[in-house]
Amino acid sequence: MLLIWTSILFPIVAAFAVAIGPTKSAKWIAFAGTLVSLGALTIFAWNFPAWHNAEHFPNTTGPSWIPHAGITFSVGFDTVSLLLALLSAFLMPLCIVGSFSAITERTKEYYGWFLVLGSSIILAFAARDAILFYIGYEFTLVPMTLIIAIYGGTERRVAAIKMFLYTFLGSMFMLAALLYIGWEHRLAVGAWDFDIDTLTKTAIRLPSSTQYWVFAAFMVGFAVKVPLFPLHTWLPLAHDQAPTAGSVILASAMLKLGTYGNYRFALPMAPAGGVDLMSFVAVLAIIAIIYASLICWVQTDAKKLIAYSSVAHLGLCMLGLFALNPVGAEGAVFYMVNHGLSTGALFLCIGMFYERYHTKDTDVVGGLAKRMPIWASFMVLFTLASIGLPGLNGFIGEFLCLGGTFISEHDVQTGYPGVLGPWYAVVAGLGLIFAAMYLLILLGKIVWGPLREPHDDAAHATPAVRLPQDLCFREIAILTPLAVACIWLGFQPKPMLDAIAPCAEKMLANYPKEVERYMSQSAGTPLASLSGKTNESRDE
Amino acid sequence: MTEALSPRLILLAPEMILFVAAVVVAILGLSKNHGIRASLPFLTCAALIASIAAIPLTWTNENAQAANLLLPMLGRFVKPLLAGVGVLLVLLSVGSVDRKMEESVARGRMAFDPQRVVRGEFYAFFLLSIMGAMLVCNAQDLIWLFLAIELVSLPTYIMVAIGGSGNRNQEAAVKYFFLGAMSTAVFLYGFALLYGSTGSLQFIEIRNALAAQSAGSGIDTLATIGIVLILLGLCFKITAVPMQFYAPDVYEGAPTHVTAFLAFVPKTAGFTAMVLILTCVGWSGHTLIDTDGIRIPYTGLPTSIAAILWMIAILTMTLGNIGALLQTSVKRMLAYSSIAHSGYLILGLIAGATAGIEALFFYLLAYGVMTTASFAALAALERRGEEINSFSDLAGLRMRHPVMAWMLAISAASLVGMPPFIGFFGKIYLFIAAFEADQFGLVLAAVLNSAISGLYYLKLAIVPLVAPPSARSEEVTSVPSRWPFIAAVVCGVGTIVLPAIAGTLIGAAKSSAQASPIVLTASQEALPTASTH
Repeated sequence: MLLIWTSILFPIVAAFAVAIGPTKSAKWIAFAGTLVSLGALTIFAWNFPAWHNAEHFPNTTGPSWIPHAGITFSVGFDTVSLLLALLSAFLMPLCIVGSFSAITERTKEYYGWFLVLGSSIILAFAARDAILFYIGYEFTLVPMTLIIAIYGGTERRVAAIKMFLYTFLGSMFMLAALLYIGWEHRLAVGAWDFDIDTLTKTAIRLPSSTQYWVFAAFMVGFAVKVPLFPLHTWLPLAHDQAPTAGSVILASAMLKLGTYGNYRFALPMAPAGGVDLMSFVAVLAIIAIIYASLICWVQTDAKKLIAYSSVAHLGLCMLGLFALNPVGAEGAVFYMVNHGLSTGALFLCIGMFYERYHTKDTDVVGGLAKRMPIWASFMVLFTLASIGLPGLNGFIGEFLCLGGTFISEHDVQTGYPGVLGPWYAVVAGLGLIFAAMYLLILLGKIVWGPLREPHDDAAHATPAVRLPQDLCFREIAILTPLAVACIWLGFQPKPMLDAIAPCAEKMLANYPKEVERYMSQSAGTPLASLSGKTNESRDE
Repeated sequence: MTEALSPRLILLAPEMILFVAAVVVAILGLSKNHGIRASLPFLTCAALIASIAAIPLTWTNENAQAANLLLPMLGRFVKPLLAGVGVLLVLLSVGSVDRKMEESVARGRMAFDPQRVVRGEFYAFFLLSIMGAMLVCNAQDLIWLFLAIELVSLPTYIMVAIGGSGNRNQEAAVKYFFLGAMSTAVFLYGFALLYGSTGSLQFIEIRNALAAQSAGSGIDTLATIGIVLILLGLCFKITAVPMQFYAPDVYEGAPTHVTAFLAFVPKTAGFTAMVLILTCVGWSGHTLIDTDGIRIPYTGLPTSIAAILWMIAILTMTLGNIGALLQTSVKRMLAYSSIAHSGYLILGLIAGATAGIEALFFYLLAYGVMTTASFAALAALERRGEEINSFSDLAGLRMRHPVMAWMLAISAASLVGMPPFIGFFGKIYLFIAAFEADQFGLVLAAVLNSAISGLYYLKLAIVPLVAPPSARSEEVTSVPSRWPFIAAVVCGVGTIVLPAIAGTLIGAAKSSAQASPIVLTASQEALPTASTH
């Protein structure tokens, strides 16, 4: 418990120190703050007793905060939230170091907000009280909006406002759903309680028509954050305008709050309602995959390209979650972590060449392997990880998500019937081919081919920090841990998958019977007849 | 008679302190000594703090019971709230009243002229208005309630006129006065109808009479119309539809420190009065004890009154938020935001006694702190000696006045309901109270409205922090007095720190909303028959 609170609160203490201390030492204080946070979380993870079961640890209710509303300071991790929190805590110091040369003005505020951002993300993952989760989830918006709006590109204000409004509007629906479940609990038991497990137990007893709306409200909130088509439009702009480190945290940690929300709230709390909407959401996820991939194909702005690829990748991750079987869910969680590593690293790489050339346009810059061989090798590695080359981390997650979708039918022998099926997997699989295509085109343009450099020297006539032609030691030191993690997880996914499995099964515990009910109930609807037809053909 | 009177007088000790201080301040304001005149705001603060200190000493259970009040403990929460926020509001006004005259006197351009000085009067009226709001808590009958409400309002008309040096102050004061007089007429008419129907001015007897009526054939039409008129009249105090239309003009025209006062003190008094009136009607969660000692729970407000409150709530929050979207003046925007917050607060009234009253008062506390923070930040700045009014004055404020820019941003975040600021908890608890009363529709409306409000509050945070400075904002300087600055910082820190003790505060609000179970007198014979059903 103490370690968790240390990792949440220490960055805030460090943020105060940054605000009070001298400007010169701001970045070092910030770095130290995130390191302590990471260290505390690592020690906690080292001693974590629940790696092999689905329990939370610590599994106790924290001190009461607002007794009349049943709000408590309860924190604790299960495997999934711990992995995601570790990912966030791991990326924070890298991002801070990555900002040393990029951020030269208003540095104290920048590092201060960055620390606050990190602590609120960890709070959201650690929270076992729904209101506490909401506090962390929602408050991430404030520092992120400011980081984009103050330190971003030319359209930074529009980007920041758009991001804030989309997410804020969405999360109001989510809050309404949480309060509603709290109220149902109050009706059943006689007291307010926002403990997530308690709420889940209450929510699954609700009639399926009610659960339908609860699920829809959760989906609105989390779909904005993931982001799912058609609510994704804030993301490319926000990524494009954000400073590099902001993009990294946005893609790697904040978007994960959306998928984590689905894992923790939407899916377990509303199984009966969720099943009804599942194929609809899955279709949206597939549209996201295809649509975003096609945009990437014609995208010449490297950073926007990665941002859209993020939309496509997370669409696949959502598909894995909605496959409703442990294979898909394990894959989705694994993919969350890996997407965080590889996309975060790609944003860092793009940021490094942007700092040198002040452009992200792939038509202007190219063939950088000749100029920056070290950078080029990192770039190729992370791009391949993102494509899902076997042997690197992305492959495992993608494969499991697709595999889970493929076997997500109602007559499978795994004991976990689903509502999707091979067709969904086939169409989503096209997205992987597209991903290989657009990412390799990107590599072909900026890494290989004839050397092209912008001749417009005005942009970097007076660089604030002089950078060498290729990566300096600091930059290599940032990318190396990420590269090691990508390769290690690619070859050794089993410990992590084993750790995720019990949690995934626990989350899906109520689904098999709900899917059966749904299938027997809605035999006449078009989607059911579609999957029905495939089954009949197999029977023949 | 004296035996009955003395406990009630003890109950009034905080008000008496304020009254004495008001007289002293009014006289000292005429002093030739600059130091004494400069110390008036601090004397006012001292009086308010002394009155807070007097509240726990006097407010014992025996005193409260002896006073025969509907909600005997109400003052325990509302009075410290009023005086506490009052202290901050005084700090906002330091240096603004009589500023031009004091400057001229200090430079020796003119001799001190006691006829032209208004500072003493201003602070005396300030204290009297807060005293009126405190007296509302002690109201035992309609006459007292009327006098207390008027004691809140009358000084504010004058404060609007004399509080600053702008040309628009008088216009705002006149508008405020005439519309206020109209609203007074409306609710006085309501009082008359209520008296006509129930035959009594005493709240407890009104309550018994209404209980008897509703046990028979329902509350009669005359009383219903009376209650509705009273509520509509009070809507003026709380800036709710249909009496909200004055707010943008008056809030914009009044000096900023008085606007902050208008946004909080009359609103608190109005809501307290509404709570008392609706307690007479009886809402679910309260019980009567009849002559046989049987408890009769109320089932809730009569449908007609609940429906009207429902409409007022929805219209108020929606019109407030949509109006705020369209503003370019900061003070007008805050005026509309204040209207919208009244809409949320009415949720507490509808939710009733189960959790609504405490949610209402807790939200008033949150609202008081965060709205004062935003007005204080505005009051701490000026442009060429004029008040800050448009968003372009605030553009890029962060460059020159970082702390005030942050305070504006914090107050905006709290007003929109962003966790972990106090506004979030106020809102959550209001929603919880509305859920307790089965008002899902209202919660949904409030949630949608909160979402809309994000659009304009974001502007209040982004413009000072991020926008590039404009030609106008380059000329913005801080006011000579540092006290508004301090008030803004205190309120801003308050919005962050208060959530830590939110549980305690809600507990205090809950215990203050306890109703004494009313024992029916023998004359109310209609009721026992009802209880046997």
